[in-house]
Amino acid sequence: MADDDHSELPTVLVLRRCPFIALLEPKCSQKFNLLKAWDSPLPQDQFLTTHARSVQALLSSGNGPPITAQILQFLPSLKLVVTNSTGLDHVDLAECRRRGIAVANAAKVFAEDVADTAVGLFIDVMRKVSASNRYVRGGLWACRGDYPLGSKIGGKKVGIVGLGSIGLEVAMRLEAFGCSVSYNSRSKKPSLSYQFYSNVCELAADSDALIICCGLTEETHHMINKEVLSALGREGVIVNVGRGAIIDEKEMVECLVGGEIGGAGLDVFENEPNVPKELFSLDNVVLSPHQAIVTHEAFVDLGELVTGNLEAFFSNKPLLSPAVIN
Amino acid sequence: MESIGVLMPIPMSPYLEQELEKRFNLLKLWTVPHKAQFIKDHATSIRAIIGNASAGADAELIDSLPKLEIVASFSVGIDKVDLKYCKEKGVRVTNTPDVLTDDVADIAIGLSLAVMRRLSESDRYVRSGLWKKGGYKLTTKFTGKIVGILGLGRIGKAVAKRAEAFSCPIAYFSRTEKPELKYKYYPTVVELASNCDVLVVACPLTEETRHIINREVIDALGPKGVLINIGRGHHVDEPELVSALLEGRLGGAGLDVYQNEPEVPEQLFGIENVVLLPHAGSDTTETCNAMADLVIRNLEAHFLNKPLLTPVV
Repeated sequence: MADDDHSELPTVLVLRRCPFIALLEPKCSQKFNLLKAWDSPLPQDQFLTTHARSVQALLSSGNGPPITAQILQFLPSLKLVVTNSTGLDHVDLAECRRRGIAVANAAKVFAEDVADTAVGLFIDVMRKVSASNRYVRGGLWACRGDYPLGSKIGGKKVGIVGLGSIGLEVAMRLEAFGCSVSYNSRSKKPSLSYQFYSNVCELAADSDALIICCGLTEETHHMINKEVLSALGREGVIVNVGRGAIIDEKEMVECLVGGEIGGAGLDVFENEPNVPKELFSLDNVVLSPHQAIVTHEAFVDLGELVTGNLEAFFSNKPLLSPAVIN
Repeated sequence: MESIGVLMPIPMSPYLEQELEKRFNLLKLWTVPHKAQFIKDHATSIRAIIGNASAGADAELIDSLPKLEIVASFSVGIDKVDLKYCKEKGVRVTNTPDVLTDDVADIAIGLSLAVMRRLSESDRYVRSGLWKKGGYKLTTKFTGKIVGILGLGRIGKAVAKRAEAFSCPIAYFSRTEKPELKYKYYPTVVELASNCDVLVVACPLTEETRHIINREVIDALGPKGVLINIGRGHHVDEPELVSALLEGRLGGAGLDVYQNEPEVPEQLFGIENVVLLPHAGSDTTETCNAMADLVIRNLEAHFLNKPLLTPVV
């Protein structure tokens, strides 16, 4: 029930403002009482103790404050965390499980947009789209002649790391370009005909490019390490639309600077918005500011999904996109 | 065949030059100071010309080479070759179809994604340190958008195949309707432009298709529409395109070709909704080698009196 006695709308706690919440607010505030922790002069802990003891639902942002066990302690009535991201690495899932708090994420709503970004970055690196765009805009085509040749995409072997909803969308797109797709995932997917590799290093050794589409967990942290990058090789290309920390960023930068891998298309980094400055002088790297999901359409779909999840919760109906948290 | 004179007007591919030099007497026109004189001096030995997207063979050049037998173009588009005159004079013409279809179609999709998702622009955003101040803005989703293809030949079909993998409905305009394909046909380019989100130019350049993308078509495509030109610069009324982009009447453009390459309208350099490539549609090592091999094989076939592999005339 709402903390504010004057409102009949159910209360949803939001810890920090962010562009997504701002976009969502007009529609959401008609259906829910948004309890905004950042609006209060009180420090967060005090605010929560004073105002949020009976709050049942929390709306979290993928790049907002992590939902830690400490924060959850201040929310004894919490039954639901809804996040606007597919990734759940910012939520203490073990604590949610222990407390019986359901978690709803963005599931497949972005899968297409993320896949589009992954493929766009892959084409860009292979065919030098952004680098030659810079070349033309710098007036260099007229005086220096043609730009160096890129690399053909058709026939290349692409290894997808993580064949979930995003990885699958990437696979389908790349097949149309004549790529042969293989993958590494937590488990083999017997219904798919793509070649499965249980070991990501072996996948890298057999691939011309790796596309990272998995989530960040303890197992996947720095999974793409020096060994994997060496296996990928001097002509190999890596694209990351998962999380920065899946790749050992320092190693990757060294490999790129040293010419030990062929190129990279990166939407995520270990310490956003900081990007290793060594990458700025490289033409075989394409950098994207964690915007794989940032399209008008995704935000509309996401807004509907988030609102839909909250409405379902408050009317005791099944969540639209419950995350599996075991 | 070492005495056969083969004229190459401009540099195209070091690999092609190397392979031609192994077999023929390759005359590199761009390396000599007095081109007209050079042609006169070698007129009796030149039996072949190597053309490409920028340099072909017009009536004047054909007339200055009385021993000319074949124009082998290092390109699929042969709009720079006077085909009618070649036919009249009995000069054979070959091009390089098929081997570059995939690369060019890949670039069409790469440009569409780069423009709509602002990939090149946000790469610039990151490199200039702006990400530290705030995220880049919302962009436009590509999946599911209607892709209109002007010219449904080899390249057009390859673009359609790729766009379908992004769940894009496909529409097209072509000289003739192709009912065997399940794509939506429009009988005019303006109607196609009015009914699609991304318009890809993939037809050959002929008298009929010159400036086929004019003000009317651009306005029909509209402030949310995106034009992708992987054909020839002259398909588009370039000054009209530039003013439409600057005035916001067209949503965006991905261009690989221009009216007067390598000149590109400088007014486009500062705007964020265009991506400009230096005629790189088939510019991969693998494809350039395959194109060069096809040029060589056509020349060898001709001089050995065997059937040409990819004749146009």
